[in-house]
This record gives sequence, structure tokens and C-alpha cells, in this order.
Amino acid sequence: MTLHRITLKCGADLQGFRRAVRWLIAEELAPQHVVFAIDDAPSLFGNEQTGDAPAVTIPKGVAQLIEHVVCHCDPERYALLYGLVWRALNGERDLLEVASDPLVHRIDMMARSVRRDLHKMHAFVRFRRMKGEEVERFAAWFEPEHFILAAAAPFFVDRFRSLDWTILTPLGSIHWNREALSFGLPARREDAPDEDSFEEGWRGYYESVFNPARVNPTAMRAEMPKKYWRNMPETAAIPGLIQTASQRVERMIEQEASMPAKRTPERALEAMFDQDPKSLEELNAIIAKAGPLVPGATQAVFGEGPLHADIMFVGEQPGDQEDLQGRPFVGPAGKLLTKAMGEAGIVREQAYLTNAVKHFKFDQRGHRRIHAKPTAGEVKHYRPWLMKELELVKPKLVVALGATAVLALSGKATPITRSRGRARFGDYEGYITVHPSYLLRLPDEATKREAYEAFLTDLRRIRDLAQADPETGELPLAAE
Amino acid sequence: MDEKLSRKLRILADAAKYDASCSSSGAPKRKADVGGLGSTVGSGICHAYTPDGRCVSLLKILLTNYCLFDCAYCVNRRSSNVKRAKFSVDEVVTLTVEFYKRNYIEGLFLSSGIIRSPDYTMEQMLLVAKKLRRDHGFRGYIHLKTIPEASPWLIEEAGLWADRLSINLELPTETSLERLAPEKDGASIESAMAQMFERIEEAREERRHFSPAGQTTQMIVGADETTDQDVLRTSAKLYGHYDMKRVYYSAFSPIPDSSAILPLKSPPLMRESRLYQADWLLRYYGFNVDEIASGGEQGMLDLDVDPKLAWALKNRHLFPVDVNRAEREMLLRVPGLGARAVDKIVVARKHTTLRLEDVARLTSGLKRARPFLITADHHPKAKLDRLDLRERLIEKPEQLSMFV
Ligand code: SF4
Repeated sequence: MTLHRITLKCGADLQGFRRAVRWLIAEELAPQHVVFAIDDAPSLFGNEQTGDAPAVTIPKGVAQLIEHVVCHCDPERYALLYGLVWRALNGERDLLEVASDPLVHRIDMMARSVRRDLHKMHAFVRFRRMKGEEVERFAAWFEPEHFILAAAAPFFVDRFRSLDWTILTPLGSIHWNREALSFGLPARREDAPDEDSFEEGWRGYYESVFNPARVNPTAMRAEMPKKYWRNMPETAAIPGLIQTASQRVERMIEQEASMPAKRTPERALEAMFDQDPKSLEELNAIIAKAGPLVPGATQAVFGEGPLHADIMFVGEQPGDQEDLQGRPFVGPAGKLLTKAMGEAGIVREQAYLTNAVKHFKFDQRGHRRIHAKPTAGEVKHYRPWLMKELELVKPKLVVALGATAVLALSGKATPITRSRGRARFGDYEGYITVHPSYLLRLPDEATKREAYEAFLTDLRRIRDLAQADPETGELPLAAE
Repeated sequence: MDEKLSRKLRILADAAKYDASCSSSGAPKRKADVGGLGSTVGSGICHAYTPDGRCVSLLKILLTNYCLFDCAYCVNRRSSNVKRAKFSVDEVVTLTVEFYKRNYIEGLFLSSGIIRSPDYTMEQMLLVAKKLRRDHGFRGYIHLKTIPEASPWLIEEAGLWADRLSINLELPTETSLERLAPEKDGASIESAMAQMFERIEEAREERRHFSPAGQTTQMIVGADETTDQDVLRTSAKLYGHYDMKRVYYSAFSPIPDSSAILPLKSPPLMRESRLYQADWLLRYYGFNVDEIASGGEQGMLDLDVDPKLAWALKNRHLFPVDVNRAEREMLLRVPGLGARAVDKIVVARKHTTLRLEDVARLTSGLKRARPFLITADHHPKAKLDRLDLRERLIEKPEQLSMFV
């Protein structure tokens, strides 16, 4: 049988190779009957033309290897790959699993070499700003080992989408104009700018991060082979750094511990740890500055009420009304709470009311903003502020309205049904009850009334607990 | 770039270089928006290597090296006489963006000496991150050093802008911390680590951004008397309790203008690299701290051979291991076989019987593996019991490379 000659284009001719494979497989031509040649110009001899052939299915791993290995600079790459395909289709489907097989191993090493070259190109390309242009445009000169331009380009597009840039190489060039990618002719080093105003600073940085006490040029060269140095401005510093390293270390060791030149800054040291906000105003300013965790809220809604109030009520988060007015508990649930407080004999103005989360989170439905429950992580985000608020207000009793408040005050999720009643939140006497919005959501009047009564009972106990003697903990008569 | 900025950069890069972490890994894959700048790739990129073999991936700088603290091991402690400088927030932003555009870096690693107060310092650092993300649409990597003495809400905020957070434990024991870093406090370091750990986990579950590349820490080795075994115990705890992505070890190295209470000489760099190897065994090879320590003497690792080999030499009765039959767990314990080689062996042997030359194609550590392995065509027999086995397997210094 005669040898069959396949001619492929110079570079990574993935398409040509795929086409050839389809045809060769259709013709059942074993690797030993095929030679692959590489040519810049289309061949003058027509006899080696491959025809169209139906698609062949090859194992996924093999297809992926082909994509990488066609980029390799070894002229034997196509022959080796075809050998792999042939074996995979002739009884050795799982051939890649035998990583110790000589052919698999060799192709794997080639793929690795291509991937490494790609990685190094992503790492070592150095852009320089083109001079005399108003819009920022960048260009780089790079010398890859393999035919990787097309494979390397998407990385630069993803990263520098908003910039104009060109990468010039001896194998071709890549251009990006902020919209489209194009590939051009091989270039010369002189086509790229020869300097950049940030290189000096970059070199200074590079020199400064080097630690002379750890000099190890072998390890450096293993990862940054010399062939790349020419196109990396910082590498000019390397010989000097290595040469002076041992002197520098000696000097450091010889140098005796010196006396501090400055006096200890006693006042600054004393002030240093006195950083906590001292008032609610200071705390609120910090919260306001941080902004909402979930975007959308109009403003932060802070707590309201006197310092050292007997009772501090903690709700979930501000609602639509609260968000607009900037005050807690002024919407429908807040109104219900105020009413119930009145009936239970708690004066709203004498209590401190606040929320676990300080910003309104919602889903927009048409014109309406529908309350969206904060996640546990969101509640925890606000928790340190709530803890500080509690510390500043220092109530006798802190009341958690609903599960979110319990989570915020205790740091743990606990269902209301099981924990309703007296509780302890760290150093504070506490009480757990439902959130008033729960009462609004109940479907029928009878359950609503019942639930409201239970809520009132809670509020009355809360009132009594807050009046308990702080020394003895004794409740006023008829409380328990 | 103007000269004043260049000068500051030199000072503040020099001051930051004792932090060993350089990695830009672990961030979720991001691409630049239209008009924005930057992307992240899973395992990070090293854009250069310095002659100490270390990777340059992020612009690693301090906001300032003025510091009110007085940690003995640190060049920036208030009592040291080094040159001081301070960047403005905008200067750091400009440097990051301009370096990034030239493809010098993957992003920013920002740390700082403590000025005015921990909160003030942390706020300035946050401002840099916020400006990069908000004003420049920066989607590259940001690693922020957390100041454990700062208020907890600042840590909450830091996680929203950073890809990775870290607090350096620096000293493996509480006593050393007290002696060498008087302003620091082990309890607040641990509570900040715990807070970050919790928030990172929750955010992952809720699919929100909070330091998605996790947290890391660093310990200085050789500045105090702590043994390798105790260092590794601390690491095991940090991995277990706080899900550290990495514990970095930094061999104490002489610094300009060093403090009188520190040892004059640095420990051999080999100690650091053995600790990294041991750390690997801890995390990926199923070893526990005591097993690793048993390979050395008195709590110190053997500096001449890697810790897996050291362990194997003292446990020769468990070898040789048959490549074609042994469990994966046991193969992982064979010196010279890395986890990747083991995985390939386990798959390949389903199809074929492995010979020595096959194994040679899967690992570069065959010389070390040979005396401990049985293949279809090889049995070490009495070689395994030779008294001089350890001596024969000691690596020549020039062949050394850290497998970190
Ligand atoms: S806090 Fe300690 S370790 Fe950090 S910069 Fe200041 S002196 Fe150095």
C-alpha cells in the first residue's frame, strides 16, 4: 500500500486536522500508511487532497488533547495525534486512562508543554502604552514557544475588555479594539513601543520584594526560564540582585540592634484602643456610611428611644414606610405594636425600638416593594452593630420580636414556638415573642384575635419584668 | 510615574515582603464588564519570580509602615529605625490599576502598619478596595489583611470587597505572642478568624460574596523555641477550626535593624520547606501530626530527607507496597509518589499491569519510591532493610525544589 500524504497549514491547523481525520477514518487508513506534512502555501499537487467525510465520534478526552497538542511546535504532532485517534477507535477507547502508555505519556507531555506556554504567555506579556495617542492604547511584544495565539487571546479579552491592545509576536499578532478580536501578520520587536512610564516603578517594586536572605536563582529559573527574560523589563535587575545578596545579608546580621531613635509615643498608644463609638450618634454614622448590604434601600433606619430605656424592642428590618420615613415601627406592623403596647401599659416613647437589620430589603413588583426576608448571613452582617447598640442603650430587658431578632440577639437560629417567653441574651435579661407583622398575616379573624390576646399577655409580662427589682429580680405582685 | 511615588513604593513593598502569601487563587471566575477592568482565573497567575524563587502575583504593599505596635519580629515595629512612608488611598488605587493594565499583576494584596487606631487603619484599607471595585469596575483579585483589633463590623465589610482575607497568627503559641508581640492578643485573633470562618461559610451557602477565596494565615518559624510538631499541631487546629485555605510558614529571616530579643541567626530555609511538605501530608495524604513528627527527632523534622520518606524509613515493616494491588491510602504513603501520580496509577492499573518503567513515566520521584515499591518486574527485597538506605536517599542540595 502506498503512503498517503496529508498537508496541513503551518501553525495550529485544528480544522485541517479534523477534516483529515474524518477522511482518513472513513478510508480506514491506518497511521503507518499516512504521513503528515506542513506547508505554508496550499500544495501544488492535487493528489493528496482529502475529500469530505462524515463526522467521527472520538472520546472527549482525546478531542480535548487534540485541541491543545495541535498548537505544539513539534512537526510530528499530527502523526502522533492520529496514532492516538486510531487506537482509541480500534479497541482502546479508554486508552487515556493508561497514563503510563508511552504514546499517551508523550502526547500528555506535549499538551502540558502547550498549556505551560499558554500560562506563561498570560503571565509574562508586558504591555506598554503607545506614545502620542490620546486614547490609551497598549502594545506588547512576546515570543511564544508554540502556536498558541488563538488559544491565548480570550484570556486577554476577558481581562482587558475596555482597553485597546495589540500583542505582537514572530508568529502573528492579536488585536483587540474593545469590540472585536482580529489576528494579523507576524511582527518584529521594533513594532512595539520600547518603554513605558511605569516600568521604572515596576522594576523598583520587583527589586524591593526580593529577600536577599533567601536567594535561590534555581527556583526562579525553573518557573521563569531565561528565554522569557528578554521581554520582561524587571529581569534587568536580576544579576545585580543576586550579586549583592550575600553582602546585604551580612550587613543585616552584623548590624547590632539599635536603640529606637524616637521616644515611645505614649499618648498615641493610649488613644489607640479607644476607638469604639461612644454614642448612638457615632454608631449610627458608621452604619450610615457603610450603606445597605443589599442595594435598594433609601436610607438606614436607626433605633429610636431613650438611652437606658427599661425595654428595648428588636424587630426584623424596616419596611416600606419605615424606609421612606427613616423611623422604625411606623408602618402597619409598627402601628399594631404601638396599639398593643398602649393596651399593655407600655409607653412607646419610653421604650427603645430598633431593628436587627437596618436597611429595607425588598422585591420590586410593579410599583410595589414587597418585603424580602433577610438571610441568616445578612442578619449576622448587621449583628455587631446591634450588639454595640444594645451595649449603649443598656436596657433592663431586651425583647426579640420574631425569629430574625432572636437570631440577631443570640447568634443562633431558634424557632419562636419553642422559645417564646423569658430568655437570656448574653448579659441581658430577655424575652421572646412574635413579630407584630405575624399577627397581620393570619388569615381569619378568630385566630387573629386569639393571637393578639397572646401577644398582649406577652407584652404585659414584659412590662412587669422590666419593672422587676434589679437587685433581687423580684417581680411586682401578680406578675408570674 | 513620579519619583516620589516610586520611592514610597520601594519602601512599602520592602516592608510587605515578609508576608509569604502571594497566591491569587480561589476566587470565582470573573470577567471584565464592558468598561470595567480585570478578571480572575481559578488557580491564579504568577507574573514574575524574584531571585529568591518567590512568585510575584499581586501588588503586595503596605498602606503605611508607620506602626504603633511593637512586634519584635517585624521591621515596621514602632521602635525600629527604618525609613517610613505612607500612601494615600488614591495612590494605591492608581498603582494597582496602572500595573494591572500593563499585565504586571493579578491584583492587590494590601496590608498596613497600625496608625491612629486599628479601626482607622482598617477603614483606610477598605476605602482602597471600595474605590477599586466601585470607581474602576475592578474585577481583579483583592487580598486584604484583616486587623484583628479592629471592630467586628469592619471585618464584615472587608469580606464584601475582598477575594481573600487573612490574619497572621505569626507565632504558634500564646506565650510567644505575649513575649514578642505585646499589643497583640491571641483571643482577639482567634475570634476574628472565627467570625470570618462563619461568614465565609454562610455566604457560600447563600451564594453571596464574602471573601470567596477563604482565609489564610502565616506563622513565623524560628523566632521562638516552638518545635515543628507544635507548629504543625497549631496548623492542624487552624485547618480544622477555621477552614484555612493555607497556612504559610515563613522562616524567620534577619531584618534590617532587628530587635535585641530575637535570635541572631535565621533557621535553615530547609526547615520552612520541610514544614510545607509536612503540611501537605497533613491535608492531602492522610497523615496526622504525630505520625509526621515520628519521622524526626524530639519534635523536629528531619532536614535531610522529606517528611514522608523520613516516616517511611522508620516504618519499613509496612513496605514494600505493590503498585498493582495496594490501596490508594497506602500508595499515598510511598515516598516519591505524589497524589497525582497515585491517582494515575489507580486508574491505569485497571487496564494494565504496571512495570517499573511505567511508574517512571508517572512520577519524577522514582529514585525515592524504588526501595519501597513492588512492580511487575521489580522487588526491592533486602534493599529495603539496608542500614545506609537513608544516606543513599538524601537529596543533593542542587536537586532540591520545594513542592509548594
Ligand atoms: S502590627 Fe506588628 S506585625 Fe503589624 S506592622 Fe505593626 S509591628 Fe509589624
